[in-house]
Amino acid sequence: MNKLFVKKYCHIRNNSIYVDGELLYSDKEAEGLRSFEKSVYRHLKPSYNKFFKMDEISKLGFLAAEVLLSDIDTSSYNEEDISIILSNSHSTLVTDQNHQLTVDDYDNFFPSPSVFVYTLPNIMIGEISIRHKFRGENTFFIVENFNAELITNHINSLFLTRKSKAFLGGWVNQSEDDYEAFLYWVSGEGDFKHNATEINRLYKLIS
Amino acid sequence: MVYFKSHNIISSLGFTTEENFDSMVADKIGITSISDSRYYPEAFPASMIDENKLNKEFDIIAENYSNSNNYTKLEKMLIISVVDALSKTYVDIISSRTAIVLSTTKGNIDLLSNNNENTLDSQRVLLWKLGEVIQDFFSNSNKVIVISNACISGVLAINTAAMYIESGQFDNVVVTGGDIVTRFVVSGFMSFMSLSPTACKPFDKDRDGLSLGEAAGTIILSKFPDKATQNIIFKGGATANDANHISGPSRTGEGSYIAIKKAMNQANINPEKVDHISSHGTATPYNDEMESIAIERHGLENSPVNSIKGYLGHTLGAAGIIETAILLEEMRQNTVLKTAGYNESGVSQPINIIENTSDVELVSCLKMASGFGGSNAAMVISKV
Repeated sequence: MNKLFVKKYCHIRNNSIYVDGELLYSDKEAEGLRSFEKSVYRHLKPSYNKFFKMDEISKLGFLAAEVLLSDIDTSSYNEEDISIILSNSHSTLVTDQNHQLTVDDYDNFFPSPSVFVYTLPNIMIGEISIRHKFRGENTFFIVENFNAELITNHINSLFLTRKSKAFLGGWVNQSEDDYEAFLYWVSGEGDFKHNATEINRLYKLIS
Repeated sequence: MVYFKSHNIISSLGFTTEENFDSMVADKIGITSISDSRYYPEAFPASMIDENKLNKEFDIIAENYSNSNNYTKLEKMLIISVVDALSKTYVDIISSRTAIVLSTTKGNIDLLSNNNENTLDSQRVLLWKLGEVIQDFFSNSNKVIVISNACISGVLAINTAAMYIESGQFDNVVVTGGDIVTRFVVSGFMSFMSLSPTACKPFDKDRDGLSLGEAAGTIILSKFPDKATQNIIFKGGATANDANHISGPSRTGEGSYIAIKKAMNQANINPEKVDHISSHGTATPYNDEMESIAIERHGLENSPVNSIKGYLGHTLGAAGIIETAILLEEMRQNTVLKTAGYNESGVSQPINIIENTSDVELVSCLKMASGFGGSNAAMVISKV
């Protein structure tokens, strides 16, 4: 096995989930990300109580990973050979704003560890790692727009230096008025080539 | 091969690596009691940068670069740090063969507060925008690559930079990183009850939490060696996740163990060849205990271990970079620094915590880091 491929990909945007470009679930009635995530959780029924403690962006990444990995046999890899390389443009801005609101005013001062801990983008990587028992490499990049080349090069380098064999890559973003997830699974098998042109093409399939 | 070229530390103990190192040798502690309600209603210990000194230093640089734009405190720290590191090597910052990698956890997060008087563009709070500010200042043509991966960001940024040189993507990489002490961060850690009421005491039996610090640091890596001096190279690096808990380390040190194993495999080095370990050593009860387990599991218990967080506190996105800069200086001088704040072991494993700054021949060293999200990183560097 000396080449990488994309086996499966998933988009979440506009209250809809697409797997390999096909609509899997949609709830146009849901208002806002929080409500849509609740709706997706009810549909997928993962029975995972930790979900309810997560902030909105971690839930988004978590749900995208649930959908993407549902029929992938990750147990055929050693835990430490599965890596997660993610990116976004707003880090954890919405959660940051929530935490900031609790500390701005000393007359109304109530910072909470359960909010503060989510003010780091890689907490989402931690949540996915715990759920799926992935113990490989982790990197969270912050870029203005989805940058397929950056992630692809990173994954290729980790693969070539034999640090990892399978990868969850992509983009999970939440801004003040929008959200978007695009995750894909990279390993030694799949129908799509693992290069920046192809990943950009897959990313743009749903817009 | 990937060569370490030059480095810098901007902290309360000085604005160069040498100033910081000399202060540490002289046992100067940068952590003091801060009473400033902008950060927290009560006094708390932290290592803070003197803003007057920072502004003075920055004005000189801005004049030389004929740049009069407005910059935030963190941006000034990063720019001064990169300028100093660049002044000590021949790396061309404008070249398209030179990349800049930025490590930060929260960037300009102080701009989010409704108490801040800054009139800067609100986008400035976004980390890629911070990268763009640094890119524009130095007129580099490549987009700055921003890594935000909690407290392993710094080591991860160096590992990533080394990968870029190994794979031929770039000839030189300027790795810079920083974080500042803000109300956002102080209040957050306070709510976690993870701040010590005194300067932190890594690995000590009385350790009771971390101290925060603000700092910036820079490490310049290149595929070109120095002819005049002894070269130190990057030998291996890796990250790994505990897959256990988002805010506490694994009890078995699993992620740290895996990261060290992979870094040592890439470096092709045996435990007995590791002359010194620069630990993460935050002085929280769980972190230091976890690290002692990871060290012992690798049979590294005889290798002298220190943490420099007793001097400068936990500087978050800067930590891995400034700790590597200190490690490089330790190697150059064949000196290991003591663990400030440490008195008597409070970890379960019999690891060799450095009590006195002393001369030791150093050839190969290990850097460790761990952070929220179950993240762990390790890096091996050696003299050639």
